[in-house]
Amino acid sequence: MPKDNGIGASPKRREDVRFLTGRGRYVDDIKLQNQCFAVFARSQVAHGIIKSIDTSEAEGMPGVLAVFTGEDFTEVGGNPAGWLIHSRDGEPMKEPKRPVLAHGKVRHVGDAYAAVIAETYEQAVEAAEAIDADIDEQDAIVDMAAALANSDNLVHDEIETNQCFDWGWIEDNRAATDEAIKNAPHVTTLELINNRLIPNAMEPRASTADYNPGTGHYTLYTTSQNPHLTRLLISAFVMGIPENKLTIIAPDVGGGFGSKIFHYGEEALVLAASKKLGRPVRWTASRWESFLTDAHGRDHRTTIELATDKEGNFLAFRTSTLANVGAYLSNFSTVTPTILHGTVIAGNYTVPLTYVNVKAVFTNTAPVDAYRGAGRPEATFSVERVIDKCARELGIDPIEIRRKNFIKKEQFPFLTAAGLEYDSGDYHALMDKLEEMADFDGFEARKAESAKRGLLRGLGINTYVEACGLAPSNLAGILGSRVGLYESATVRVNATGNISVMTGSHSHGQGHETVFPQIVADMLGMSADDIDIVHGDTSKIPFGMGTYGSRSMAVGGSAIVRATEKIIEKATKIAAHMMEAGDGDIEFNDGVFSVVGTDKTVTFPEVAFKAYIPHDYPIDKLEPGLEETAFYDPGNFTYPSGAYACEVEIDPDTGKVTICSFSAADDVGNVINPMIVEGQIQGGLGQGIGQALVENCVYDENGQLLSGSYMDYTMPRADDMPFFNVDQSCLTPCTHNPLGAKGCGEAGAIGSPPTVINAVVDALSHLGVTHVDMPASPARVWAAIQAAK
Amino acid sequence: MYNFVFEKPTTVAEAVAALASEDAQALGGGQTLLPTMKQRLASPAKLVSLTGIAEMGGTSSTGDVITIGGGVTHADVAAGGYGAISKLAGDIGDPTVRNRGTIGGSLANNDPSADYPAAALASGATIKTNARSIAADDYFTGLFDTALEDAEIIVSVDFPVPLSSNYQKFEQPASRFALVGVFVAKFADGVRVAVTGASEGGVYRWTEAETALNANFSADALDGLSVSADNMISDLHGTPEYRANLVKVLTGRAVADC
Amino acid sequence: MSSVSMTVNGKSVTGEVEDRTLLSTFLREDLHLTGTHIGCDTSQCGACTVHVNGKAVKGCTMLALEAEGADVRTIEGMANDDGSLGVIQAAFQEHHGLQCGFCTPGMVMAADELLKNNSNPSETEIRKYLSGNICRCTGYHNIIKSIQAAAAQLG
Repeated sequence: MPKDNGIGASPKRREDVRFLTGRGRYVDDIKLQNQCFAVFARSQVAHGIIKSIDTSEAEGMPGVLAVFTGEDFTEVGGNPAGWLIHSRDGEPMKEPKRPVLAHGKVRHVGDAYAAVIAETYEQAVEAAEAIDADIDEQDAIVDMAAALANSDNLVHDEIETNQCFDWGWIEDNRAATDEAIKNAPHVTTLELINNRLIPNAMEPRASTADYNPGTGHYTLYTTSQNPHLTRLLISAFVMGIPENKLTIIAPDVGGGFGSKIFHYGEEALVLAASKKLGRPVRWTASRWESFLTDAHGRDHRTTIELATDKEGNFLAFRTSTLANVGAYLSNFSTVTPTILHGTVIAGNYTVPLTYVNVKAVFTNTAPVDAYRGAGRPEATFSVERVIDKCARELGIDPIEIRRKNFIKKEQFPFLTAAGLEYDSGDYHALMDKLEEMADFDGFEARKAESAKRGLLRGLGINTYVEACGLAPSNLAGILGSRVGLYESATVRVNATGNISVMTGSHSHGQGHETVFPQIVADMLGMSADDIDIVHGDTSKIPFGMGTYGSRSMAVGGSAIVRATEKIIEKATKIAAHMMEAGDGDIEFNDGVFSVVGTDKTVTFPEVAFKAYIPHDYPIDKLEPGLEETAFYDPGNFTYPSGAYACEVEIDPDTGKVTICSFSAADDVGNVINPMIVEGQIQGGLGQGIGQALVENCVYDENGQLLSGSYMDYTMPRADDMPFFNVDQSCLTPCTHNPLGAKGCGEAGAIGSPPTVINAVVDALSHLGVTHVDMPASPARVWAAIQAAK
Repeated sequence: MYNFVFEKPTTVAEAVAALASEDAQALGGGQTLLPTMKQRLASPAKLVSLTGIAEMGGTSSTGDVITIGGGVTHADVAAGGYGAISKLAGDIGDPTVRNRGTIGGSLANNDPSADYPAAALASGATIKTNARSIAADDYFTGLFDTALEDAEIIVSVDFPVPLSSNYQKFEQPASRFALVGVFVAKFADGVRVAVTGASEGGVYRWTEAETALNANFSADALDGLSVSADNMISDLHGTPEYRANLVKVLTGRAVADC
Repeated sequence: MSSVSMTVNGKSVTGEVEDRTLLSTFLREDLHLTGTHIGCDTSQCGACTVHVNGKAVKGCTMLALEAEGADVRTIEGMANDDGSLGVIQAAFQEHHGLQCGFCTPGMVMAADELLKNNSNPSETEIRKYLSGNICRCTGYHNIIKSIQAAAAQLG
């Protein structure tokens, strides 16, 4: 049994008290003395040449303190892409500059071309409206295929193409894959769209900059998932502010889901404005700005082919994808459709050959980047949908065809055709568990009962494997990463024995303040209540990479383990001295150091006290103090996996899809806090079901965002969701990190979309429907039924 | 929001007087107007709140007619036990919208996807203003357009009580407004069917269905009817054809549940 | 500018506001009660839900001047007098009904009104009642569980 608050326990979250009483501290809650307000003038056209911007009227309006345009930032750098991807021909990707404010051209609706700073928010709004921009509207480039076909109308004229790159993975497998598909007894082909999504963290982005003219130091409070990365980008690439003169604080952050990984121009603008005015400058996005300017997610058009023999053994997967990167390269926009997508295209399967081709396309739409799952949902949807279609074509049960091709438990570690070495997993066990959870035997009876009510019932099955905790840095560097992928932790034991843990991970809903202390408490044999987590402030924590890609426990947690191990190592030496024994004779159990074979003991707090009050201390051999830092760079990705099932009912008269049940068996490796893991899985399921059934980001042919508010972009609500039946009992520990943890944040969002669509297609298959694009909205499902009639 | 001057009169007469000035706008519960103003799509110089006027509150029933004050909230109508009208009110927006939004505000705004217009039109309601009584058939004049004059306030609405009635709403998934809503009311002298959410012209009566249902009040009576997709709204959430389909499906369901 | 007076969480407050000031703005910027959150501009997310005279409203869709003389309650006023979490708040913590915490104040305020009107709501009734409160983190599962638990405890 786990201790009340150690590894494996589910203590109540300590952060909840402040959130439940209105005492959270989000960026927009921070009001600094003498603050003023920034508001942006944003393009109303998708594509246009900025001929002139007249700010004179705005500058004269009440309360206006300053007006900025792109002209003011021509001397500073651009916001770069974090990964350099090479095309199949070896050419590096095209990297047009992403300026702080649009200069020369506006490239998507919402692209900011000017900013007003005023005493009040309303004054800034009014002055921003008074800016007279003469923008010569150009034809918008929206459709990806048309963008590639057209070399006359370019999002970025200087790169002479709308194609960012043409990437192949694994290029050396291309010919063999083509050959296998040409000669295969059966080939299933599916064209599909992975619908564009808008992340919609409930807290809109916000940034408040505070420049101190007396010290030359900048402080930026901002909604970030990784404050150090933001600092690095601002310092090294965009503004040139020395890192030691810039503190980034990401306090309580109201959800991220990827959208707050990235550095955005508004952060640079408020910093520049605060410097210019010597006053704090506050900006908070209105939701409409979030819709227009937060990095969007997904947006792939894919053709996937699956070659099999007559028995359903997989011979090869081949995909061809157009991936929208929008108007500018956001920080992770180039790794998301490539490394994070192509490397998992073999799924849970022993398939010998895979080949992925991705053409990334610039369009006059908001930048597209990593969103919960980032590349892996796109791969999983393609693979699992084509498998389902193949099973129907071959008349094989969808579970059987998957089982037939699973990597077996004894085959791990397994090098997949897509080039990853999966360290552990047991996909048959997950499927066994799913069969137990989902009562497949009762489905036909339930289907008959639905039919009595005039409803079509469908059952969808799905499995997934994902790659989390991107690593190691050396390999990532070879693949094009421009940053490292380690995580840091400092464990500071205070003199009285309680502990502060500084982590480079950032919590914006994940519960780190509760779960990380569980690890340290377990290792040191103390109460988690005596351990606090410090995160989100670059002035307090070691250089960290932040939270995304389900990496916090596998990478950040492992860094905490490593730092705590160093603490134990040093404390052991101090204890040995205190008990006049050799280091090798000391045992440490449950918070107590003892000399083997004696009754001599000292407690951990006694050792901590000795470290800080080093009287009678081996000062010649050991420094005082008890504080250790570790940087943990993982040896491999981690590979969570799962098996999901969903039942839906469809009203054929209206096309409305209702989820009747959803079962998810996930292997996320070792679980530190089951309550939080379940919550993460449930949340991921909610977002994945949202993608499958309701969410859709739509631009019209002029590049106007039609789904630009909650009036038209459907957010999943409580009554769209079922209770989820989730299980994490079939786990295989990660073999290469000290916690055995794999990650759980993205799993639900990766595994659920194909599960739902497989169920929808199952319900409609008797009509001849073979695919329904996401979201399977009532109108779309009804139209599919009509078309099949 | 653009700034404005706020007034909160306590009588209809004061409100009418306050609305007489240029660019003055009545404010009911504000659940549509305030979001519109936040988006800077409306900029009245003066907002005249109608939430403090006692004579616009309250509901009453004679048995033949239900009278609902123009300032009565959806929540209060929902709790009033007025059959299909209460059920309709209880499905408008969400609880916070229902706690503020009023029937008068909804009918004055006449959003093409709002619910109340369907109830008023199908019920043959009478909209009573400070100046006159307007029959529902004359009241709804187009998208966001009504027979109301400037500075005319809906004081109450009279709903004749039908023999039976039912409202079927298919929600637009994002906004939760009616993608299509159909109100069917059966009176001793005939059936009235009103459709909201579907038409580019706003709420309308589906007279072919009324004729068919007058002959045979059952869902089957609609079988032979077809709904034209002409002039149906087309947007992200539904094609004209889809909306036309919903009109028929929902009418059938409303009749079945009457 | 107009003056406005109301009772907020049991305390009388007055302020000088522009007529266009929203109740949520007055609470956040003038009274520094930042637990009432702003998550959208179309009155749909519900993060700003507060109680006015005992009824849940969206603070972003009501003018501060409309709350003249009203009894307003916000998330800051939901704990017990001794500072401990109220039943609904405690249930949200116990059942992991929140993650990032941004929608949470609105959820708690909505749940409080629901349970006052309906002491034993069904799962469907709870889900329907929350249609004006958007959560992006939880998939709603644990929010519903939290409210069910609070209902059971409140009887």
